[in-house]
Amino acid sequence: MESVRVERGTRASRIFAILAVPALAALVTLPWWGGAGDMRLIAEMAYFLALAQLWNLLAGYAGLVSVGQQAYVGLGAYALFYLTGVLNMNVYLALMIAGPFAGLISIPVSFAVFRLRGAYFAVGTWVVAEVFALSASLIGVLGGGSGLSLTPAILRQVSPDRATRDTILYLMTLAVSVLVFAIAYLLLRSRHGLALTAIRDSEPASASLGVNTFRAKFIIYIVTAACTGLVGGLIFLQKLRLSPEAGFSVNDWTVVVIFMVVIGGIGTIEGPFIGMLVFIVLRELFADYGTIYLMLMGAIAIAVMLKAPSGIWGWVIQRYDLQLFPVGRRLALGAGPVTTGPYSGQPEMEQL
Amino acid sequence: MEWVNTIIQGILLGGIYALFAIGLSLSFGIMRLVNIAHGDLIVLSAYVALIVGQNTGLDPISSLVIVAPVMFALGYALQRGLLNSTLSGGLLPPLLVTFGISVIIQNGLLQGFGAYTHRLQEGAIETASVQLPGGISVGVYPLMVFAVAVCAIASLQILFYSTRLGRAFRAVSDDADTAELMGIDNRKLYAVALGIAMIFTAIAGILFAIRANFDPAAGPIRLILAFEAVIIGGLGSIWGTLLGGVVLGVSQAVGAALSPTWQILAGHIAFLIILIVRPNGLFPRTRD
Amino acid sequence: MSLLRTQNLAAFYGDFQALFDINVSVEEGETVAIIGANGAGKTTFLRAVAGALATAPDTVLFDGQPIGDKTAHEIVRLGIAMVPEGRRLFPSLSVEENLLLGTHSERAGPWNLKRVYELFPRLRELRRLPAPSLSGGQQQMAALGRALMSNPRLLLCDELSLGLAPVVIRDIYQCLGAITAEGTTVVLVEQDISRALDASVRFYCFQEGRLALNAPTKNFDHAALTAAYFGL
Repeated sequence: MESVRVERGTRASRIFAILAVPALAALVTLPWWGGAGDMRLIAEMAYFLALAQLWNLLAGYAGLVSVGQQAYVGLGAYALFYLTGVLNMNVYLALMIAGPFAGLISIPVSFAVFRLRGAYFAVGTWVVAEVFALSASLIGVLGGGSGLSLTPAILRQVSPDRATRDTILYLMTLAVSVLVFAIAYLLLRSRHGLALTAIRDSEPASASLGVNTFRAKFIIYIVTAACTGLVGGLIFLQKLRLSPEAGFSVNDWTVVVIFMVVIGGIGTIEGPFIGMLVFIVLRELFADYGTIYLMLMGAIAIAVMLKAPSGIWGWVIQRYDLQLFPVGRRLALGAGPVTTGPYSGQPEMEQL
Repeated sequence: MEWVNTIIQGILLGGIYALFAIGLSLSFGIMRLVNIAHGDLIVLSAYVALIVGQNTGLDPISSLVIVAPVMFALGYALQRGLLNSTLSGGLLPPLLVTFGISVIIQNGLLQGFGAYTHRLQEGAIETASVQLPGGISVGVYPLMVFAVAVCAIASLQILFYSTRLGRAFRAVSDDADTAELMGIDNRKLYAVALGIAMIFTAIAGILFAIRANFDPAAGPIRLILAFEAVIIGGLGSIWGTLLGGVVLGVSQAVGAALSPTWQILAGHIAFLIILIVRPNGLFPRTRD
Repeated sequence: MSLLRTQNLAAFYGDFQALFDINVSVEEGETVAIIGANGAGKTTFLRAVAGALATAPDTVLFDGQPIGDKTAHEIVRLGIAMVPEGRRLFPSLSVEENLLLGTHSERAGPWNLKRVYELFPRLRELRRLPAPSLSGGQQQMAALGRALMSNPRLLLCDELSLGLAPVVIRDIYQCLGAITAEGTTVVLVEQDISRALDASVRFYCFQEGRLALNAPTKNFDHAALTAAYFGL
């Protein structure tokens, strides 16, 4: 009987890993060969990618289709602004608290919204975000309806010099984005990821096999909330001004993120990256035409949902069995790997 | 007496919320479709009425004779062309496609009309009031809107329980497969259902736009209010939709009486409480 | 020309093939039975004919016309009606409303409310009650009546006897006799083999999606039937 190994990588993924190193090096050194505008754009791409990965983790893997993640963007941002502006905390410390704070708040929220399923869960999470936004606008110490601004003193804590500050913020955003990506990847490669995939494919079946579906979903919800909060803090640290409308904006933080994930390929790790690129390209291409690019995103998302529900990357996987970030396990017999069929990470949402 | 006044205002406010909710309730009850673009379609109706008014000189309520058929046709086309294909794919496709439609409508209106607010002018009726016993003054317009809501719901009751079409709707809502086996063309029926939902949406849009300012971004909050009214009342129940609207309106009125800025928040909180305590709403009928 | 003919009919649920190469023919006016164990494909066959399951156009011919790719509601309008397994009455509708649902195919013919109530007098008394409040046997009659209201040329009956007491089953089959006396063609799927064979002139035996045996019911060979039924 031949020996059997479990293989984690694919040839494509190994090639990709090799190519990714110089690309990443280029991005990290950008402050020294690029301009402030370039850094802002890449930072934006980085935080959108992070938000997209997080939403994908939630909806594409745990089956929790939330239209309310903007709640945690806003919570993280408000935590940062309040701690630095009102409590005079050091900005780095405040940033480190912003994420866990959002994660903490997500715990009672989950008790409420986890009672809902499907579309009700979606709109329920949205209502929760609206509650946060309205509450923020009513609390005087948070600046009420007009919000808060970061004072120059706070910014100087990052760095007294403008250029260094831009560089630090850029690198932090890049680092957080890579961190979120890594967390998502490692999570999905682990036992928990396998459990999540099982839950996504069939919750009743996986429950019957002993997977604690509630706990898995709960953990994912908290973790993504915390990460989203951290990203929210970083975003508004760079925007300098925070209002309830901006911090909790469903259009800015959720609508485009959902479109990115769906167009790129929901339930795949590569998908959010591709979707983010599509978004940025469309936005830059049609920058002179107002919000037409959003209408295009919407139209493309509709077309994808109707014709190719697994998105661009899902189509690639089906066509070419390509995986750059393999999360599955393949059986390898004896000398070389035998493909036992692609891990096609396409979510089949519960029929509700 | 102040509290009585507040409750009455809240009940009347419930009228417009019930009208918002009808379209959503119909499409959910018959097709199990939660239409994320619903709020934007309410706003779109207001803009259509605006254009009709500008080009024909008709007052908003009269312009309904044009707006209603237009919205019916739009709903029919939307369901037939786009939404019917999403119904068998599970949760995500209908949610995302209607999300896409919502974004397209919002930004299309933004591109076409700009970010300015508008209001439809109906005339004296907007500010007229009547005196009720006990010294309570009630606006004629809110009273009329409430009456329209009650008539709308009553007409739906008649439609569903006394007509052939209504019978088909109820059958399809119960068991779409078997309905098809009885000779009902489900795809066409769904399209008619959304068309009818759009008629009520048009009514809601025009009545709302006479009373409040609207702009291209006014859709999402209308969706949330409609959704809250439907959920509070309980899915699948026609009169529940009216009740849900009233509960929402009263919650908001009570909140507003405490402080005007608390109005919407009070409604959200009431909704969340009911959602946690009675997830199926107060009078649920539809099997999920 | 047969009223119903299937040629090399294959049917799939996703990737799973449920029917292989089914050739069945039914002449106008005949009652034909389809028997077989659970999972043999009997209901799948009826659903394929009724249009609830898509198949290649030429594999199902009704009156010579290919109907394999038509939708269920189009097929009802052509004159095929189904009494589904488990009755499937509409719970939100009253008995009479359920019967009236049958008229949505808009076919003319001898069957109307009055005649259905003549056939099933008990239903007239119960007509305003919600469908779920009826007993199993009464629901079966209502489901049969509902199918008749579309004035079908071909009636597909899926497991009429399911979950019913023998006395009730006997009554239902007597009514079926009255229906076929009008000239309606019937295809009967049944677990209760003796009932099925009593009511039909020919039968087909399915086994794991394939045709195992078809023969006239008169003087059939028991041993052959048992072998075909169990796939021995």
